[in-house]
Amino acid sequence: MTLFALSPDPLDGPALHRRLHSLTDGAVVVFEGVVRNHHNHQAVTALAYEGVEALAAETFAAIEQEAIAQFGLSQVIAIHRVGQVPAGEPAVWVGVASPHRDAAFAGCRYVIDELKQRLPIWKKELYEDGHARWVNEA
Amino acid sequence: MSFTVQYVAYLREAAGRSVETRDARAATAAELYDEVAAAHGFRWSRAAMSVAVNGRVQPWTVRLQPGDEILFLPPASGG
Repeated sequence: MTLFALSPDPLDGPALHRRLHSLTDGAVVVFEGVVRNHHNHQAVTALAYEGVEALAAETFAAIEQEAIAQFGLSQVIAIHRVGQVPAGEPAVWVGVASPHRDAAFAGCRYVIDELKQRLPIWKKELYEDGHARWVNEA
Repeated sequence: MSFTVQYVAYLREAAGRSVETRDARAATAAELYDEVAAAHGFRWSRAAMSVAVNGRVQPWTVRLQPGDEILFLPPASGG
């Protein structure tokens, strides 16, 4: 079972976590990327994400295949929020399962690092004083 | 030639729209970016961006056909 997607809805970590458990996998590793309430000494209230669904689906599929091929993972779940995500909520959730822990740790790290580099998604920081700023402008 | 041009993130905000049909003299994706950048006052260099034509990421030198859908992709900032 695999699940890679952009989600406009809040992420249900415990429900996703349960989907990774099986009798054949001895290791489950989860990474949650949570919206911080500060950046460069400024108070951040939320991040606003926008993504391109069709291109994201291709990127997700490529990363999933790479992770399974390179690390022998049994299951991979990766979901990235779109829309406005308040401080304290997860914006990205990655979970993997494999028979042994080395592959699970390495595979989870690979998936989140590649998603951050390659997923066609853009974020804007919304600050407490009302202004906003796009992150990583060209 | 007439193209459909899509904008996301700060390009969308600067252009004031997410999509437009545009008649342009551009023969390549790079030339089209330069044309729309001048028209909308984009201050961002395409060096750090990429481009998708009809849903596929392509090199900036790709030659455009009438009716192509072009999407300019700023550097990703997910996570």
